[in-house]
Amino acid sequence: MATEHPTATVPGDQTRIHNIGYRSYDGPRLGRAYARRSLYSQSLRGAYGLGRSAKSKVLPMLLFVVMCLPAGIMVAVAVATKANELPLDYTRYAIVLQAVISLYVASQAPQSVSRDLRFKTVPLYFSRPIETADYVRAKYAALASALFILTAAPLLVLYVGALLAELDFADQTEGFAQGLVSVALLSLLFAGLGLVVASVTPRRGFGIAAVIAVLTITYGAVSTLQAIADVQDSSGAVAWIGLFSPITLIDGVQSAFLGATSAFPGGAGPSNAEGVVYVLVTLGLIAGTYGLLMRRYKKVGL
Amino acid sequence: MGVTVIVTESLSKRFPRVTALDRLSVDIGPGVTGLVGANGAGKSTLIKILLGLSPATEGRAEVLGLDVATKGADIRERVGYMPEHDCLPPDVSATEFVVHMARMSGLPPTAARERTADTLRHVGLYEERYRPIGGYSTGMKQRVKLAQALVHDPQLVFLDEPTNGLDPVGRDEMLGLIRRIHTDFGISVLVTSHLLGELERTCDHVVVVDGGKLLRSSSTTDFTQTTTTLAIEVTDTDEHPDGTRAVRDALHARGVTVEDGSGLPGAGHILLLTAAGDETYDLVRDVIADLGLGLVRMEQRRHHISEVFKDNDAARKEAVGHGN
Repeated sequence: MATEHPTATVPGDQTRIHNIGYRSYDGPRLGRAYARRSLYSQSLRGAYGLGRSAKSKVLPMLLFVVMCLPAGIMVAVAVATKANELPLDYTRYAIVLQAVISLYVASQAPQSVSRDLRFKTVPLYFSRPIETADYVRAKYAALASALFILTAAPLLVLYVGALLAELDFADQTEGFAQGLVSVALLSLLFAGLGLVVASVTPRRGFGIAAVIAVLTITYGAVSTLQAIADVQDSSGAVAWIGLFSPITLIDGVQSAFLGATSAFPGGAGPSNAEGVVYVLVTLGLIAGTYGLLMRRYKKVGL
Repeated sequence: MGVTVIVTESLSKRFPRVTALDRLSVDIGPGVTGLVGANGAGKSTLIKILLGLSPATEGRAEVLGLDVATKGADIRERVGYMPEHDCLPPDVSATEFVVHMARMSGLPPTAARERTADTLRHVGLYEERYRPIGGYSTGMKQRVKLAQALVHDPQLVFLDEPTNGLDPVGRDEMLGLIRRIHTDFGISVLVTSHLLGELERTCDHVVVVDGGKLLRSSSTTDFTQTTTTLAIEVTDTDEHPDGTRAVRDALHARGVTVEDGSGLPGAGHILLLTAAGDETYDLVRDVIADLGLGLVRMEQRRHHISEVFKDNDAARKEAVGHGN
C-alpha cells in the first residue's frame, strides 16, 4: 500500500485544496511469477475483449454464443423428445463446429501477439522482471485457456442437458470426460499454431488471413485427398493423410483413443498403431510451436 | 541509496560488424544525469545492458549496486524505462494500460490502481486518462510513457529521448517534469538526448558518448562554461551605420572571437560568440552600451551534439583565451 502522509487531510480546514505531493511505495513487489500471472489474466480477458474497447468484445462474444447455441438447441430437443441419447457425441461437437473455432483463433491470436509487436509494447514487458519464456508461456496459456473455454462450454451445456434429460449418467460422464480431453488437446494445438503464425507479422489483418489459411487450406487439402483415397479404396492412405491438418489430427487422436467415431471418409479412423503416431505428431506440434515462439521472441528485445 | 547509482568499468559491446560500446567507464551518482550522443553513439545499447537484457562483451556494470550480468530481474523491478519509440496500444485507456504495467512490475492489484491514479496526476493527465490512448496528442502520449516508467516507484528511471517529437512548449514541460522526478519524487534519472542544449538546463551531470566511447563526463556547470553559444543582434545608429560590424570590431579589440551567423535567418545581422560565463554577458552588455547601440536580442543557442564534437577543442581554447 502506498504510504499516506498525514498532511493529505487537515481536519477542520476542508476548503483548501491540498497538493498531497508524491507518495512513495513501500509495499510488496511480487516479482516475476506474479507478473507472468498478470500477463496471463490480462491476455485471457483480452481474448474475450474484456478490458478493451466495446468494439473488440463483439466478435469473440458472438463466436462464443454461436458455439454454445447448437448445444442449447440439441439439449432442448433431447429433453423435449425424451430421446435416449444426444443427437451429437461430445467428441464430434468441436469437429462439426471447427469453422467457428478456426475463426476464433484467427481473430484472437493476432490480437494477442500482433498488437504487442505492432505497437512495440513487447520491449516494455521485457523492461519488467519477466523474461522471454514468461511472455511466451503467459500468451500461450492464455490463448489455450480461451480456446478451452470456447470449446468446453458447449460440452458442459450438453452434459448438464443430458443429465436433465435423465440420460445414463455413467455413459454421459465418460463421453463428457473424453470430450474435455479432446478439446484440451485441440486448444493447445490450435493456440500454438495460431500464435506462431500471428507472431510473424505485426499486421493484424495479415495475421488473421494467415491463420485462417493455415487452418482451412490444410483441412480442405487433406479432406479432398482423403476423399480421393477413399474412392480408390486405399483406406490405409486415408489415415496417413489425416496427419497433415490440425483438425483431422485431433479427429484421429480421439477416434483412436477417446471412443469417438471418425469423421474421415468411410468412417474409418486410424488404427491403434496409427493412433500412436497421431498422438506423437500432435504433441510434437504443440512442443514445436512453443519452441518456435521462444525463438521468435529471443529476437525481440528493446 | 548509495553514492553511485550506475557504475560501468571498461564496458564493451561488440556486434559482428560494429562496436557499439568501447571500454566505457563511467560513474554516475544520484540526481539527473544526461546521456548525450549522436544517433548510433551507443546510448540505447548502454541502456539495454544496464537493464540486464543484453550481455556485455567485456567489462562489467552495476545498477543500484546490483550486477547487470546476474541480477537483471532485480534491477528491472527497481528501475523504470521509457522507450524512445511509441509503445502504447491505441485501443485501451491510459489508466487501463498503466495499471497493467504496474502489475507487470509486481505491484498487487489494489496498489497498482492507486499508484496509477497518483502517477497519471503527477505527469499531468486528468480526465483524459479514461479515454483510449489512440486519441491522445504526442505530448499526452509521452506523459503516459513516462507514467508507466514511474508507476512502480522505481529508484532510477531511464528516459530515452523523452522530448522527441514535442513542440517547444511540450519540450519545456517535459524537461520540467524530468527535473521534478528527482527534486520532488526523489528518483534518480538517466535521460538521453542528442540535443546538449536542453540537457544543460535540466541535468546535474552530463555524460557525452560518441562512437561508443566516453567523450566527456562532467557536471553541467563545467559544460555550460565551455559550450554555450550566444547569438547577438543589435540595431544600427547614425553614428554606427553598421552596428553589427561595430560590435564585432569592439569585441575583437577585447580579445573575443566572434563569428557571423551565416546560414541562420537574419544572417549578416547576427553575431555568434562563445560564452565562458557570466562575465561574457557583462562584457557584451558593456560593449554595446558604450557604442550606444540597441540590443535586439541576446540568446543562448541550443547546441546540436555534432557541433560539440566539431567545436569541442576550438571552443575550449577560445574559452580559455578570453575567459581571463
